[in-house]
Amino acid sequence: MTKSDWAYLSNDLIYVAAFLFTISFIVYTYETAFAVRAIKEENSKTLDRTKTLKSSKIATGVFLASTIALALGVITRGISAERVPLGNMYEYSITGAFTFALAYLVVGLKHDLRWLGLPISILILLILGTAITLLYRPSAPLVPALQSIWLVIHVSAAILSGGVFLLSNTVAGTYLWLDRMERKGERTPFAKRLPSLDALDLLSYRLVAFVFPLWTFAVIAGAIWAEAAWGRYWGWDPKETWAFITWILYAAYLHARVTAGWKGRKAAWLCLIAGSTYLFNYVYVNVWGTGRHTYSGL
Amino acid sequence: MRTALILLLLLGLASIPGSLFPQRTQSPLKVREYFENDPTGAKWMDRLYLFDVYGSPWFSAVYILLFVSLIGCVVPRSWHYFKEIFKAPSAAPSKLESMDGYQVVDGNLKQAETWLKAHRFRIAKQGKSISAEKGYLRETGNLVFHLSLIVVLLGIAGSSVFGMRGEAIVNVGERFLNTPTSYDNLTPGRFFSVADLPPFTIKVNNFDAKYDVQTRQPLDYELKVSTQDQIDGEVTEQVVKVNSPLTFGSTRVYLQANGYSPLVTIKDKSGAVKFEGPVPFLPQDANLTSIGAIKVPDMNPQIGFVSSFLPTAARDKVRGGFSSFPELLDPRLLFSVWQGDLGMDSGVPQSVYRINTDEMERIGLWALRVGESYEFEVGSITFNGVVPWVNLQVVRDPGKQYALFGSILAIIGLMVSLFVRQRRIWVREVNGKIEVAGLALNRLPGLEDEITRMVKELK
Repeated sequence: MTKSDWAYLSNDLIYVAAFLFTISFIVYTYETAFAVRAIKEENSKTLDRTKTLKSSKIATGVFLASTIALALGVITRGISAERVPLGNMYEYSITGAFTFALAYLVVGLKHDLRWLGLPISILILLILGTAITLLYRPSAPLVPALQSIWLVIHVSAAILSGGVFLLSNTVAGTYLWLDRMERKGERTPFAKRLPSLDALDLLSYRLVAFVFPLWTFAVIAGAIWAEAAWGRYWGWDPKETWAFITWILYAAYLHARVTAGWKGRKAAWLCLIAGSTYLFNYVYVNVWGTGRHTYSGL
Repeated sequence: MRTALILLLLLGLASIPGSLFPQRTQSPLKVREYFENDPTGAKWMDRLYLFDVYGSPWFSAVYILLFVSLIGCVVPRSWHYFKEIFKAPSAAPSKLESMDGYQVVDGNLKQAETWLKAHRFRIAKQGKSISAEKGYLRETGNLVFHLSLIVVLLGIAGSSVFGMRGEAIVNVGERFLNTPTSYDNLTPGRFFSVADLPPFTIKVNNFDAKYDVQTRQPLDYELKVSTQDQIDGEVTEQVVKVNSPLTFGSTRVYLQANGYSPLVTIKDKSGAVKFEGPVPFLPQDANLTSIGAIKVPDMNPQIGFVSSFLPTAARDKVRGGFSSFPELLDPRLLFSVWQGDLGMDSGVPQSVYRINTDEMERIGLWALRVGESYEFEVGSITFNGVVPWVNLQVVRDPGKQYALFGSILAIIGLMVSLFVRQRRIWVREVNGKIEVAGLALNRLPGLEDEITRMVKELK
């Protein structure tokens, strides 16, 4: 196969993945709707989870298949360019969507996260949709500044951390939503299927605590690379600045939880803000920003 | 602790303006634009240090306070922790029911004690209850993390005080001698004396840039040099790339930018050579459309050429002459000839790429291919060829090893403090049965499973 064959195959696989994610999104929606209806029919306050078990299993199965298609799309993109697929924002987005999906599936092995499937498949569809329509660039070799082993180390650490940060944000967001609902009264029938506030609170904390060292490593690996490529390990480039802000805010979050005893609402807000700085960095600096992290027209 | 939290949030907040406004250290040209577009506003912004955020008093204040709070917190804590190592675990709380994994089971204290000892818990007995603790390493990790941040800060401070950085444009074929006069600009740290510049030399032999024909993006830059550590030292052939700089002790030399220098000869009417050599031009876009100035102060009146250089000449109605590819496929030198006062003796620093033509008069306009000449009223110019130039960035950064060492230590400490489970288990005898409960100090999962396992193995 030639390079352009691989590039076309990669495009096809990304389309297939987007299609499959749409299906899993539809099944998750059906599951959610059905669970709500099931309760209304029985007019009871307890939930019968067995009724939606089958559809939620199907949805997760399709989600798994979409993730595999996405992984293959990312790999073939790399083969077509003969390098790691992290050279521009399109590649960063599809790889990021993949790590986000992977984080969901891996964490799902230990915790029952099927209730999160709906928001997560929506988010992944949004990321893939933007990548395909707005950010797409033909497969091409890397500019000299990116030709380094640190590209793999630094960017994959950053992107894996991003996937987990985003997951933790989704959990914290759910916490805030349910918290508001509970303050007003009782949870709606659908919301009753979701975990308790304490469980959500703890899960979002554990995700951050788990991935914070990796993010620290991503920043340091970036500094080592910058020393080799640009002659300084830290220069307050906009991307560096925002990576630093994200780091500082998550450090504050961990501090707040461990030493100041923050829990619940306040902690969830801080977690959301810290995660938003990561997303802001990803979008703002690449699209509107200046500085040395902008390559090759996105 | 709350102070540290507030200062952390403040530091995050204080970093933001530096990414929204151009910073002098990174893009001085954009800062100048602010001053040109809105002098009053820019003056006020400058007073608030918005163009020097990371060197400003208010930014420094936040991080210095943060480090003072860190030192003030970590040093006493180290002492406290040191004492803690020799202390017994704290006594069981009066109400075990509210703790994690609370269970009431058959068994006795003796069995529980044996189990806890076998699993290397530290144990203290208080009458009818046992308190046990494990995972003291977590606190060690926590302290190592915070202390190593101080090492990182000292490393950064060391670099800025004892280091230096400078830049020099060197044409292919020329030699760079590491002396202050060789630099286009040189920024020594406060305690760095330019006399300490190591006496290395770099002869630039060849520079090769490859570009993608379709996207015009650079594919590879390769710089070949002969280096000497001393003036009369051994000559070493080396290759420099963007990601692999040259190293001379604690000084490194980076390939940062490249462009073209047209080679020109300028003669007066009598045929005497008044100027000869390569003139570095400044690239304006990705296809290396470049601008430059050829100044001939030795002619009377003085002559100057306001020029642009196109490595691959193209022309359209909107842009006029421009370059359509960064390699030398069809090089062209475009210029207008000016006669008068170049203003080089005025004492005001001048750009080498521009000419102030206020005191001058235009006497010619032409474009040359390689090998061609142009005659004007008082002389002639010949375009002999083109050599590439490279911008070498010389950096001495003596603190970076310490910063790196501190960072590695920080990650190790961080992982230990976040992943080591520090937990307490309490056992109390009540009416012939025992109550068991615990507390996971850093809320990591696994304590309840551990208690369940313990209870099972007691039977």
